[in-house]
Amino acid sequence: MEGIVSDTIAQTVISIIAKTKRISPESITLDSTLDELKIDSLDGLNLFFELEEALDITIPDERAKTMRSVGQIVGELEKLLSGKGAKDSDTAVQT
Amino acid sequence: MPQHRVVITGLGVICSLGRNSAEFWTSLSQGACGIFPLELVDRSRLRFQNAAEVRGYRAEDFFTEDRIAIYDRFTQLGMIASQEAVSSSGVDWTPELSEHTGIVTGTATGGQTTEDAAFADLYLRNKTRFNPLSITRVMANALASHISMEYGIKGPAFTLSTACSSANHAIGQAFWMVRDGLVDIAVTGGSEAPFSLGNLKAWEAMRVVSPETCRPFSKNRNGLILGEGAGILILENRDQALARGAVMFGEIVGFGMSSDAHHITQPSAEGAARAMKVSLADAGLQPEAIGYVNAHGTATPANDAMETTAIRSVFGKHADALAVSSTKSMHGHALGAAGALEAIATVLALRNGILPPTANFTEPDPACDLDVIPNAPRRVTCEYALSNSFAFGGLNAVLAFRRAVA
Repeated sequence: MEGIVSDTIAQTVISIIAKTKRISPESITLDSTLDELKIDSLDGLNLFFELEEALDITIPDERAKTMRSVGQIVGELEKLLSGKGAKDSDTAVQT
Repeated sequence: MPQHRVVITGLGVICSLGRNSAEFWTSLSQGACGIFPLELVDRSRLRFQNAAEVRGYRAEDFFTEDRIAIYDRFTQLGMIASQEAVSSSGVDWTPELSEHTGIVTGTATGGQTTEDAAFADLYLRNKTRFNPLSITRVMANALASHISMEYGIKGPAFTLSTACSSANHAIGQAFWMVRDGLVDIAVTGGSEAPFSLGNLKAWEAMRVVSPETCRPFSKNRNGLILGEGAGILILENRDQALARGAVMFGEIVGFGMSSDAHHITQPSAEGAARAMKVSLADAGLQPEAIGYVNAHGTATPANDAMETTAIRSVFGKHADALAVSSTKSMHGHALGAAGALEAIATVLALRNGILPPTANFTEPDPACDLDVIPNAPRRVTCEYALSNSFAFGGLNAVLAFRRAVA
């Protein structure tokens, strides 16, 4: 089951990257880093926005910063989708 | 064309640290932080929770109903700062002087809180008509126009908008206008009121706002904290200021601008360094003359490391002798007003011989290896200082100040 979910998420991530960067999906693997794909910080913002829209989740800023490869993005999205309820609480720190 | 020296004869401030320049300075000189949970907008709809607001602000404490009807919040804050600045300058505008006085204000988004509320009425509540004063409340030049009307100032007046550098660009133009004799006096600065849900959701999407507080140059810094406020300075031809016995709070001696031609969000050390160099050249100063730099210091990972690189490239060995702080750690990032708040902080630091600290500093970062005056203010008399502003879009503006000399 988990493998199927991951495959779907991986396909979603790869197809969104392929569409936004105008590159072929075949050129993107789980090992591809964002640097290799020439995804800079602004492209990254757009990618996370597209993923949030497609999967109806919120990616907290702290997690977004740790996602540096396609595999890491898929892994983080799996965690977020499995625990949707906790999606915002880890950034709501007050001083 | 003969050039005039340009002194600052009036100051006015309102922001999270105080409602006048005395309160502002008391907070800065004690390292007090004005960052608290956001109250103006429903924070349950936002991922970030803290901001630098003018807490407890009530427009009716400052203005009559008819003024409140025509002033957006950014204009209100600007008019409060203008009132203090004009009053502290003691300028009495004769008909002739009023035609030789200019106004240059800066703002990033002008009256966007008015716009946000009107759009909510239109789209959510299906209201069919807008308040007829919406356009004149929203327009970015509203503050400049209202200052002109309030004080009968009739010389050149305009507003410019360069995001986070707006106020520095405005003060720089005003400085040159007085220096070159185009006007004898200029009322200048910036004003910003960024707290509407629509605007804050846009900031949230950029992922640059800290989930906790503003920690410039600290290794664990995690973003900026948005602030509101206004700062206004009265700039004056020094000969005229001396002739009328005006109090001189400080002097502006140089201004430099540059553009990165690089990226819409990522800053460039080369562009930032060039603006500092141009400012020093405009002032006729060697880098070694500078004792203090009020940094742009937003506390984003990118800015503070870039600014450190830029400062090192401009100052060379002298960078190790330089005191640098980001007062945004206390008054937040007031966007189009930031340069004005920081100009006033710099002027008061030179005048009082106390350098405000970088508050909330917890952990040195090798990428920001400057003396950032961590947490505690420092008693040092400096002769000259720079104040940096760098905007999204790569538009940089740096002012050079000199301590008041009677």
